[in-house]
Amino acid sequence: MARTGPAERPLSPHLQIYKMTITMMMSIVHRITGAALFFGTLLLVIALLALASGKTSYAMVQAIYGSIFGKLVLFGYTWALFHHMLGGIRHFVWDTAAGLDRETRFKLAWATLVGSLGLTVAAWFFYLMG
Amino acid sequence: MAEFNLPKNSRLTEGKTWPKPAGNNVREFKIYRWDPDGESNPRMDTYFVDLDDCGPMILDAILWIKNKVDPTLTFRRSCREGICGSCAMNIDGLNTLACTKGMDEISGTIKIYPLPHMPVVKDLVPDLTRFYAQHASIEPWLKTDTPAPEKEWRQSPQDRDLLDGLYECILCACCSTSCPSYWWNGDRYLGPAALLQAYRWLIDSRDEATGDRLDNLEDPFRLYRCHTIMNCSNACPKGLNPAKAIAEIKKMMVARQV
Repeated sequence: MARTGPAERPLSPHLQIYKMTITMMMSIVHRITGAALFFGTLLLVIALLALASGKTSYAMVQAIYGSIFGKLVLFGYTWALFHHMLGGIRHFVWDTAAGLDRETRFKLAWATLVGSLGLTVAAWFFYLMG
Repeated sequence: MAEFNLPKNSRLTEGKTWPKPAGNNVREFKIYRWDPDGESNPRMDTYFVDLDDCGPMILDAILWIKNKVDPTLTFRRSCREGICGSCAMNIDGLNTLACTKGMDEISGTIKIYPLPHMPVVKDLVPDLTRFYAQHASIEPWLKTDTPAPEKEWRQSPQDRDLLDGLYECILCACCSTSCPSYWWNGDRYLGPAALLQAYRWLIDSRDEATGDRLDNLEDPFRLYRCHTIMNCSNACPKGLNPAKAIAEIKKMMVARQV
């Protein structure tokens, strides 16, 4: 059947074409790390449960967490924790309506990324050396 | 719920490549096309602009294309000097005005799309009906209970200064359509442009409806869908800061509770 009137309007492209800015990227990563922390907390609960149920179960969890793979996951968890913490502080500053001008907002966004990576490496450095 | 993918009828297809003019000083453009009278999906057409025959701005280039290559290319434009806001579009991945964006600011092929996540009327023309309705919903006019003075409503120079950085908004929609929160919740979140105007009236010393205005914004969506992504302030072609205006409104919300 022939159409009467114009076609249904398409939706213009958005996420597909919008250029990523550092503030947009840090907002997305803040969400992802927030979700990751939920699973990180589960890791903590598992360790505590194992500790409460006795020597053998705790030794097993220790072995898994201490493996290369386990350490990688914990390294990621540490980073998510620091990133989400610094992101939270950045949001707190912005809630006071400060640090929103062009230069400062880009600096704060970069500081979140650089700071979280730095803190993670430092924490693991002290842990492994300690 | 956020829908990240484009609906079936909106997915882009390969378009037509238009003839290249003679000469070496030629710039390639890829431009979003959609014809409401046709049957097909939107497509990306390729054009070539002779820079020796054309002004320096993006608007000059698309007018050159319309005049010399393809008269069916459709877009809004009027003042050509960044004061009317008609030629807002997505250029090289960022929302801005075609008339104030220079071709020399972009490297490589210049890609142009309509403002993001909007219903397309034709080519680069989005439907802004809802955007304007949201602006109307914040009641952008002076509201008073006091009987009107014989002459004008007086305002001190200091109070007038508070409106700087707010009144200059030209409602081009670059900010609102750059905002992912507005993309996913544009039916309920007012968006940066409307909220910047809301703040403009909230801090106007002559306005007497501040409480009512805040009541109208006290809503999980209308105001609080702003997650400080900052695309709005990064995009504004007038250099305004909607993100800051929204933060100030949120502060006013807290201040009146304590």
